[in-house]
Amino acid sequence: MVQTKLRSLAPKNDVISFLILAAILLVALPVLFDIFRLNLIGKYLTFAFVALGLVLSWGLGGILSLGQGIFFGLGGYAMAMFLKLEASSPENTQIQSTPGIPDFMDWNQLTELPWFWEPFHSFGFTVFAIFALPALFAYIIGAAMFKRRVGGVYFAIITQAIAAILTILIIGQQGFTGGVNGITDLRTLHGWDIRTDSAKYVLYFVNVVLLLITLVAAQYIRKSKLGRLLVAMRDSEDRVRFSGYDVSNFKIFIFCIAGIFSSIGGAMFTLQVGFMSPSLIGIVPSIEMVIFAAVGGNLSIFGAIYGALIVNWAKTILSESYPELWLFAMGALFIAVVLAFPKGLAGIYESHVQPWVDKKLKAIQKKKAEK
Amino acid sequence: MQNHPHQPNKLRRLMLKTMMALPATMLFSNVATASEVNSTGLAVTDDTVTVGILHSATGTMAISETGSIQAEKLAIEQINASGGVLGRQIKYIQEDGASDWPTFAEKAKKLLVQDKVDAIMGCWTSASRKAVLPVMEQYNGMLFYPTFYEGLEQSPNVIYTGQEATQQILKGIDWAKETKGAKKFFLLGSDYIWPRTSNKIARKHIEKLGLKVVGEEYYPLGHTQFNSVINKIKLKKPDVIFTTVVGGSNVAFYKQLKAAGIDLTKEKPLVLTLSVTEDEILGIGGENVEGLYASMKYFQSLPNDNNKAFVKAFKKRWGDDIVIGDVTQAAYLGPWLWKAAVEKAGSFDIDKIRKTLPGIELTTAPEGYVKVHPNHHLWSKSRIGHAKKDGQFDVVYESKELIEPNPFPKGYQ
Repeated sequence: MVQTKLRSLAPKNDVISFLILAAILLVALPVLFDIFRLNLIGKYLTFAFVALGLVLSWGLGGILSLGQGIFFGLGGYAMAMFLKLEASSPENTQIQSTPGIPDFMDWNQLTELPWFWEPFHSFGFTVFAIFALPALFAYIIGAAMFKRRVGGVYFAIITQAIAAILTILIIGQQGFTGGVNGITDLRTLHGWDIRTDSAKYVLYFVNVVLLLITLVAAQYIRKSKLGRLLVAMRDSEDRVRFSGYDVSNFKIFIFCIAGIFSSIGGAMFTLQVGFMSPSLIGIVPSIEMVIFAAVGGNLSIFGAIYGALIVNWAKTILSESYPELWLFAMGALFIAVVLAFPKGLAGIYESHVQPWVDKKLKAIQKKKAEK
Repeated sequence: MQNHPHQPNKLRRLMLKTMMALPATMLFSNVATASEVNSTGLAVTDDTVTVGILHSATGTMAISETGSIQAEKLAIEQINASGGVLGRQIKYIQEDGASDWPTFAEKAKKLLVQDKVDAIMGCWTSASRKAVLPVMEQYNGMLFYPTFYEGLEQSPNVIYTGQEATQQILKGIDWAKETKGAKKFFLLGSDYIWPRTSNKIARKHIEKLGLKVVGEEYYPLGHTQFNSVINKIKLKKPDVIFTTVVGGSNVAFYKQLKAAGIDLTKEKPLVLTLSVTEDEILGIGGENVEGLYASMKYFQSLPNDNNKAFVKAFKKRWGDDIVIGDVTQAAYLGPWLWKAAVEKAGSFDIDKIRKTLPGIELTTAPEGYVKVHPNHHLWSKSRIGHAKKDGQFDVVYESKELIEPNPFPKGYQ
């Protein structure tokens, strides 16, 4: 009984996919690339957290959120606030009018730390906030929408509006948030210099391990009863409702999960890149995040990771090669993907690669049997 | 201001090690030149040296930064035509910051770590500079930053070729007081660090002179509704509207000012700006800003010979209908200052260049003459331009002496 349950949770194909992915991320990429490229890949992978969340909420649950940048930002800013406070010790900020507060507050004539910054002196609270803030935020948005049966396009537009509001708020309240500059010049985590190459290596592996754990969690949700309910809900919400389920609660739950995933990605982004800025949380980046999931295939949790990786990689390479034309190339790429492979990379895999692999496997088995 | 010690440059050591490991024949030739000009670890060969150009070629800032890119390319081409630097032709690698601050940081790192460029000419907004700064300091790069900015910064890895706040503001206000008898000022700005800091310094100076600030307002970047503040201005009747509104907002602001019946040519009130250059006027329209005063160090119409040659070369390279603003000229200084420092140091080594940079002077600068101060900003003149209908400025005031840069003005913070 237990065994069959386990098997249904992790069918052979998924185990193989997982091992391949883990091998690529943990072995192949670190061997192939120097720390500069690896750090960039680490950055791309922080977006994979968001894409994973989107596969669950959008691909499975049919909830298209165009505002995942909100959650990415919540996690990213929480981490950035902690690191900024650590970087703003009175010794480091002697030249300011008010030493001991972050530099941008000083420029904006603040003379003391705002109350909501205070808890971020504590690392424990920061980690708690990285999980709790997006969950709370997603719960409020979700409860307000889904209980009133707002869904589909309307929900997408509203999440986008919230992303815009949050960006405007952050830019406008620069004394408290660093404004359009963002929170820059982050240096140490508990005295550990996060800017060195060795720290970048460590952070890369921490990031990958977290991502793999998140992936397993996503897979668990997908294969569980909840996952099947989500698909049922996506395909015919009313039928699920008439069967006696409270659809809105499931939606809120999965939206919260997607938010928490994004938030973890945001926090890892801040650690690896060394700063946080409102340009990562507004409408455009939020839509980009949806594109990562779409390119990967919005039904595939593995696809999400490859999608985030490949799109960001293309972005970097194209912009390095054609600094003035790369945006057009990216646009063409997206159009091509949507027109030619509506199910994304995962779709190509399923329709072309997998049958081929299966055929080969069967042939091998047949040979073995003949012997 | 950074207090942390520099990290040993691992890359450089690594590069040195690889060079040691090279076959003996190559080793001889490489080490010979390397020791001559001391280019350890950098992308310097026997006949080329590589620098980076890092601006926004796409996104909202592209419109402003294009002029800087053009100026830097022109300077590099001119230097190459005149024989290069230490006998080497300059190659450049252009990267797109895409108006996005994290991208700026990423590209700066790429230029330093992968391409090993000797210097980077780039950035425009303070946000992009703030994002790039930690990277420059970590990997010991040298950034030539061209925009006038708020000050409050001094990095061993940045040369600020634009003006810092006091050079633009103090003389501008003095001029308004002395020649125009101004007493009441209305401060207006876009809502971010540069306008806020500039206005803070302006307010302190105005009050120091015994004059009065009758209003201070900020609007978000990209704001286009200025009617309510224009009404306020009409009520308060200031002598000077001191503006630090940036970018596209200016188009709306000056059109609405005109529509509200405030004629800039009558100078009642007089409008003094820190942020409208020839580039912006292209967007606003000369007829809408005729009579405007701008406090900057450079105007396209400067009558000296250096500038005439510069304007001619610029137009020949990039087209006759192009205009040249303050920042474009400051960007043009970057490669030339770098060249002068490299030649004086006799080396492409960043630490040596840094040591020689203070005191480096350019007698050929389009703005006339500039000199690098030990605080990494330039000595420059303050100038007031009076906008004409054709979008060009008449220079109506020029400080006699070069103004000493002071990024941390005491009593103004």
